[in-house]
Formats: sequence, C-alpha cells, structure tokens
Amino acid sequence: MKILALDSSGLVASVAVLDGDTIQSEYTMNYKKTHSQTLLPMLEAVKELTNLDLSTIEAIAVAAGPGSFTGLRIGSATAKGLGLALNTPIISVPTLEGLAYIFYGSDKIICPIMDARRNQVYAGLYSFEKKGPIYEMTTIKGQCATDIDALLDEINKLDTDVMFLGDGVPVFEQTIKEKCKIGFSFAPAHMNRQRAGAVAAYGRVLYEAGKYESAAEHAPEYLRLSQAERERMEGIDTSCISVR
Amino acid sequence: MESINNKEDVLILAIESSCDETAAAVVKNGREVLSNIIFSQIDLHTLYGGVVPEIASRKHIEKINQVIEQALKEAGVTLDDITAIAVTYGPGLVGALLVGVSAAKAIAFAAGKPLVGVHHIEGHICANYIENKELEPPFGCLVVSGGHSHLVRVKDYGEYEIIGRTRDDAAGEAFDKVARAIGLGYPGGPKIDKVSKEGNPDAIHFPRAKVDENVYDFSFSGLKSAVLNYLNQCEMKGIQIVVPDVAASFQKSVVDVLVEHSMQAIKEFGFKKFAIAGGVASNSGLRAAFEDACAKRKIEFYHPSPIFCTDNAAMIGVAGYYEYIKGVRSGMDLNAVPGLKLGER
Repeated sequence: MKILALDSSGLVASVAVLDGDTIQSEYTMNYKKTHSQTLLPMLEAVKELTNLDLSTIEAIAVAAGPGSFTGLRIGSATAKGLGLALNTPIISVPTLEGLAYIFYGSDKIICPIMDARRNQVYAGLYSFEKKGPIYEMTTIKGQCATDIDALLDEINKLDTDVMFLGDGVPVFEQTIKEKCKIGFSFAPAHMNRQRAGAVAAYGRVLYEAGKYESAAEHAPEYLRLSQAERERMEGIDTSCISVR
Repeated sequence: MESINNKEDVLILAIESSCDETAAAVVKNGREVLSNIIFSQIDLHTLYGGVVPEIASRKHIEKINQVIEQALKEAGVTLDDITAIAVTYGPGLVGALLVGVSAAKAIAFAAGKPLVGVHHIEGHICANYIENKELEPPFGCLVVSGGHSHLVRVKDYGEYEIIGRTRDDAAGEAFDKVARAIGLGYPGGPKIDKVSKEGNPDAIHFPRAKVDENVYDFSFSGLKSAVLNYLNQCEMKGIQIVVPDVAASFQKSVVDVLVEHSMQAIKEFGFKKFAIAGGVASNSGLRAAFEDACAKRKIEFYHPSPIFCTDNAAMIGVAGYYEYIKGVRSGMDLNAVPGLKLGER
C-alpha cells in the first residue's frame, strides 16, 4: 500500500511516501523557516521528481502531536486537506511513537524528548520486543508532558540502557548527564529528529491494526490545554484577555 | 435547478478562518452564492469575554473539513466541478489563518486546482456584490468590524486605496469594550445595538474624536475612555446609570464619526455610490444613519445582509473570483500574513 506521511510537529519539516516495503521518497529539512512555506513545496517537489500519482495514495499519516501547536496544525490541516481531496483516511501517529520507531529493533529503551518549555518535556519510553521475524514496539510510558526531573527519576528505576533523541536533547543534555544514573546515550544526527519515513512505516503498522480515522474526524493531540483554558480552570481571571 | 456546472462557469470554493468563524462557500461567476456554511465559535469565546486565539485555532482544525464538505454538498457540486480554491491569508489571527491556508493549499495541490490567496478586507468589501448585481466599481466603502475600521476607495475590482483607518481600537472593539463595561457582555455590537433602541442617544454627550493629521482617520480609544470615565463618575457620585441611554449615546457617537468621515470622502472623491461592510455594518443605527445621509446627497447606498456582514466565506469566493479572472495565482508557499495590508500581495 501507498502512504503519504507528514511531520511538522517540531523544527523539522518532513514528508515521505511509503510504497509497500520501501520509502519511495523522503524529504526532510531542519531549517528555520515556517512549515507553512516549506511543507507543501516539499510535497510538490516529491510529487514532481517521482512522478507521483496522488490518486494511488491510500492513506495519509501525520505526526499528530504532541509538538508545537502551530506546527501540529499546519501538518494536520495539510493532512486533512489532502484526505478530503483524495478521499483517504488519516492515520494519527503519536509524535513520540513516530520518533521512537526510528530505532526499530533496538535493545535499548528509547526515550524521545521534545522541549515543551517551562522546564518540561514531551516524552515517552518505548522498547522493541521480538515476535517471530518482526519486532513490536511496546510502550513503557505513554507520551505525556512531564518535568525533566520526574522523567529522569522514572528512568533511573529502569534496568536497561536508554537512548535519548529529539529536540529536547540539546536543551536538557546537561541535566541528563548530571542526573541520569543508568547507562544512556544520545542518538546520532541521522536518527535524532522527526523523520516522515518513520511516521509512514509506523503509520502502516497502525493502519493494519485498524487505527485510522476519517479526514474530517482527525485533530491533533496537543497533550496540553491552551493557556486561557488552564488559567480559567485554575480560577485566574481571564477577562483581561485582549479581544483581538 | 438549472445545470450549475456549465463549462463556461467559474466556480470558486472559498475558505475563511481568520478569526472565530470557520467558513466555506461555493460561489458561481463571482456573484451567485451556491452555498455559504459558517461554523461560529462565539459561544466558546463568550466564556473569556473575547476571542482566544489558541482556542479559535483548535476549533478551526476540528471543523474545517466538515464545513468544506457541507459547502460542496449544499452547492450540489463535487471538488471536480470547482475551478479554483480561494482562501483568506490575512489579516487576522496567525494560528487561525494557518488552518484555512494549509487546508486550502493541500486541497488545491491534491485536486490540481489553482489557488488564490484573498485579503480578508477585500472579501468584506466584495460582500456587497452578492446582493447588488448592478454594483460595480468605482465606489467608496467603509469597512467596520471587530478588527478593522477602514475607509476605502474602490477604484476597480481588486484595486483599492485606503483613505482612512483607525489609529487605535477598531469600531467593533470599542463596542465590545463598552458593552463589557456596562455589563452587556460579549459580543458587544449586537447587544449595544439592541438596548440602544430603548435609550436616548442624546442623553450623554460623548466626544467625537478627530485625528489632526488625516481627516479620514478614526480614533475610538478616547471615546471608550470617555464612557469608562462617565461610568466611574456615576459610581463615585452614587448615580444609577441608565444602560440604554449610555449604549445609545455611545453608539450615536461612533455612528456620527463614521458617517461624517464617509460623507466628507464622498464629497472630496466624488463617489456616486457608497457601501458599508464588516460585522458592524449590520448595526441598525449605523445603517439608518447612512441611508439618511446618502439619500440627502442622492448617493446610491449599499450594504450586505447581516449574514454577509459577519465573517463568511462567500465574500472570499466573490473576491477570489475577481482576483482569479485577473490572473492572480498563489503558490504552494502561500503563508498566513496576520498584518497583511489591503492592496498588497
């Protein structure tokens, strides 16, 4: 089957087309330009260079959060537009699971972390279990927003080495080095950020497990309320919010 | 129903998400609205006394496909029948705009249709073409809404010159703030309009602000402060305020300034036709004053129905049509431009 995958959850913009067991194309950029200006032009280039017939796409996989709120919406709105026009379902790939899947088959515990500001990270813990000829990704700790210290406390109770990756690594590298008591390492350059190829490959696993939705239903998973909602729930007066 | 997908016809699928309305429409040949779907988020934002950008953006993404699909369905067309996709790319809330822009680009890309980025204010002005088939440029237009107050010279389709703008608050913003202060709540425009009908517009004299450097510019923050000062003074003196009187007097002050500036522009630029547009254009006091002032000067006066005054996609489809036939096309790198100026690309 053919899956078109997108990831614009962080600084990286990435698009890929999976055809059966191969990535037919993958275009990844880590450059400070808004995803709104890069994502569609990248897709356009991929289509052009590979003579991609869009009508052969059977599903759209998108890194559906957590991540930058705006980045997630650019990815999701793009996926929804594609899904509407091509009449295909959307596979919502949890961002951190998509990141972890880059390390398919690893014997380490995989810990993708994304900078979530306010001294927090979006993180999850994953491992791979061999089931016959394939590996299955299992979730030790599902993706969540957490204080880095709390995450490291939890990691210190594990008995397997941990591999860190994601844009949270440069931000919290020092903290990890100081506080992580078990064996750990940091992923190398070609495996340490979002890759739409991994979103596509893992998206296929989810699709085959029946985990997909209609383009109309799809929405990102932010893992956080908006500031206004948070303050309202905490009883802070929000009536001073600017009108427009 | 006659055949709507005649080969000669230009059908625009338009998308609008610049503030708190998620909207899509199908417009035929720039003047005929085949569908106009609006999902208003107003109830969500009422809790906060105003539009919360992050909440608006989140709601847009939940509703966007549903609204587009319904617009196509109600128009009785499919995406195949559509000639081009038009989308608001500014001005507005950046996160909100990005939802519409991203979805529109993806649809245009996947369906192989041309894309036309539309200016939100141009859309408001073009709303006047929907129900007034004889209206053609040139004419003068006052655009007044929660986010905008512009006096515009419409030279031709797609050709605009801004002759006056607000220096501070938009007219609609002043309505919202005053409504909050007198306990009417959000959104202020319709609520003030309603209670004003029971009040005396001459009960309190609030200032009519002038801007020295440009006679056509507006300033509403002074008026807002004057109302707040009045309320404070009443409170200190223990005087019970008469809400309808305050509302009516405030509204009259806004209307007077808008009408006066517009009439001066009509005189200087020799407009034979004048239109109003934007959310505040559905204010009954404003309409009545303009009808009166224009009739006195034998100027043809135009205004859209309330449904085309508030943010909607039909108006974007109309503006998109005129840009499309002029050959305007947007690329796949089209970005949301929150501070987009009218007449700029």
